[in-house]
Amino acid sequence: MAVRSNIVGIDSPEALEKALRAAYYLADEGLATAAYLGLALGKPLLLEGAPGVGKTEAAKAIAAVLGRQLIRLQCYEGIDASAALYEWNYPRQMLAIRQAGDDSIDIYGETFLIERPMLAALRAPDSTVLLIDEIDRADQEFEAFLLEFLSDFQISIPERGTVRAAERPVVVLTSNRTRDLHEALRRRCVYHWIDYPTAEREARIIMMRASSVAEATARAVVAAVEKLRREPLSKAPGIAEAVDWAEAATLLNKGGARWPDAFKRSIGVALKDEEDLHFVAPRLDAMLAEATA
Amino acid sequence: MSTELQLPRAARIFISFVALLRANGFAVAPEQTTAFLAAIELLGPRDLRDIRQSALATLAPPPERRATFDRLFDLHFRGGEAIEHADDGEDDETVRLQEEGRGDEEPLLSDEANESGLTATRTEALVERRFAQLSTSDPLRRLAREAPRRLPRRRGHRRMRARRGPFADLRRTLRDSVRSDGEILRLGHLKRRQRPRKILLLIDVSGSMKSRTEENMKLAHVLVQAAPNAEVFTFGTRLTRVTRALRLKRREQALSAAAHLVSDWDGGTRIGDALQAFLAVPRFGGYARGAAVVIVSDGLERGELDALRDAVAKLSWRAWRLSWLTPLATGPGFRPQTEALVAIERFVDDLVDGGSSASIVAHVLALGRRAA
Repeated sequence: MAVRSNIVGIDSPEALEKALRAAYYLADEGLATAAYLGLALGKPLLLEGAPGVGKTEAAKAIAAVLGRQLIRLQCYEGIDASAALYEWNYPRQMLAIRQAGDDSIDIYGETFLIERPMLAALRAPDSTVLLIDEIDRADQEFEAFLLEFLSDFQISIPERGTVRAAERPVVVLTSNRTRDLHEALRRRCVYHWIDYPTAEREARIIMMRASSVAEATARAVVAAVEKLRREPLSKAPGIAEAVDWAEAATLLNKGGARWPDAFKRSIGVALKDEEDLHFVAPRLDAMLAEATA
Repeated sequence: MSTELQLPRAARIFISFVALLRANGFAVAPEQTTAFLAAIELLGPRDLRDIRQSALATLAPPPERRATFDRLFDLHFRGGEAIEHADDGEDDETVRLQEEGRGDEEPLLSDEANESGLTATRTEALVERRFAQLSTSDPLRRLAREAPRRLPRRRGHRRMRARRGPFADLRRTLRDSVRSDGEILRLGHLKRRQRPRKILLLIDVSGSMKSRTEENMKLAHVLVQAAPNAEVFTFGTRLTRVTRALRLKRREQALSAAAHLVSDWDGGTRIGDALQAFLAVPRFGGYARGAAVVIVSDGLERGELDALRDAVAKLSWRAWRLSWLTPLATGPGFRPQTEALVAIERFVDDLVDGGSSASIVAHVLALGRRAA
């Protein structure tokens, strides 16, 4: 199996893991393997997992490793081709028609085309990574349209013809799994389910991301966050929240607050839902005392 | 004439693993098998971990069936001694989540897999319920007929052409104007498309609702058939998503598939815990957001009232409208008597009769007429 040119110099999942680490992203074995296979086989990489486990960060790190620009397409309900592919610059077209008078003019020329993320990625497959973020938010019509794009890597613009990628672009899709994705989409991708990291890994992530945080603090935050994730919360703290919490508590501690108290006072950066705060309030003291012990 | 392609011997074990997965209800497409083989070739493989990672990445088992996938993998590649059966002690006091896709079942072994891919052994010996075959009653026919146009709708974000509308259709206007040398003779319009609102139906299947369960399940089937974005869960001591089973077109088939999934028919009721379990899974909780939520239950709660009150309050904040249909509410002057219904009364938008299919259908069809 020929390895694609886009990963020259990275010849195994371990090499990719190391490169990702240099880009400040700690990937576990599963993610490194899936990402490596995606890149080597030229298939899109589909990352699923709870909000806040680092799916988008993974895409950013992959772009950094490949030395490419990340083009992000944030999905939302009702997203359509004009937001994802291209749009015509209507005022300029109109003006051109008026100004042309009797001369003939191509109003579907390059100057009137506004490039959107997917078209941009197709036209520059060697220098970009396309991130299709939160595909589960888009509706099924868009998903069907995406299928076509991901099988052939081509886009047809009725007024201009078909744009085809010379090489398959690197595509990363993420989903929070708020709905089931179509089987056909999963099939076309290399798939990885990102779990919350192990305590050890999460503590390392915190220390890597927030250099001011002491190891003991990072471990205490990880222990507390793990407990919180087991509660039925509407928004469990993700990795970013854990990093923020460790940083905020460190800041308060330097300002004179004692330990469990510094955690407690900064809980607002970890839990951002009033209902959730209310829910854990009665047990919070015990939880934090245990985590800092 | 045999033109069968000879597979390399080394590849057979991987291909037969795919066959084993398929026999156990995993959907694996041929292109995934190809990708699996390519991945193994690419990685070496140096040890079994590489094969497992390749399989996970390319065959993409759904996360809720990951445990079954791992067990099958161990069976196939490491032999029987590697398997540890998780102790599955049944605890009536905790509500368990059941996802569709037969996640809890013992995997079929390769030998028996070929005989019948659909029969499966159940590790749990709980009640299995069979539904008698009855003809469709009038209220259900009415639901099927009227649902498409009477269920609640909301404005979506996609736009469509319209004679009149708040947005200008510049693309069409420009195209038209080219024909008239740049003169705009008519301005095209767009309006936001109407979309069906999500409907979430939660059906109490505990013992006290026994006489209604069968009719309620039939109603759920009709609803899922008529409304593509309806979601249905059953609850008693467990919470089970049955939407996928009910998507089967033929009713007998759909109901028997649902009956097979749900294992707490006619048991106790722990509504609060079941609803909490529902809310704790982000994917499920998302079904309630902005949805018309309909709970069909008598509210005879055996669990803690606090859990129930808290869960119903949360549901009500997420839902567009929360209706509680109970067989106990017989007339317009109904006042809740049971502790549970009193506790949740202030969080629900409707607390009305759910004692007959006719009344449930009438309520569901009237949802769309209410102001959003």
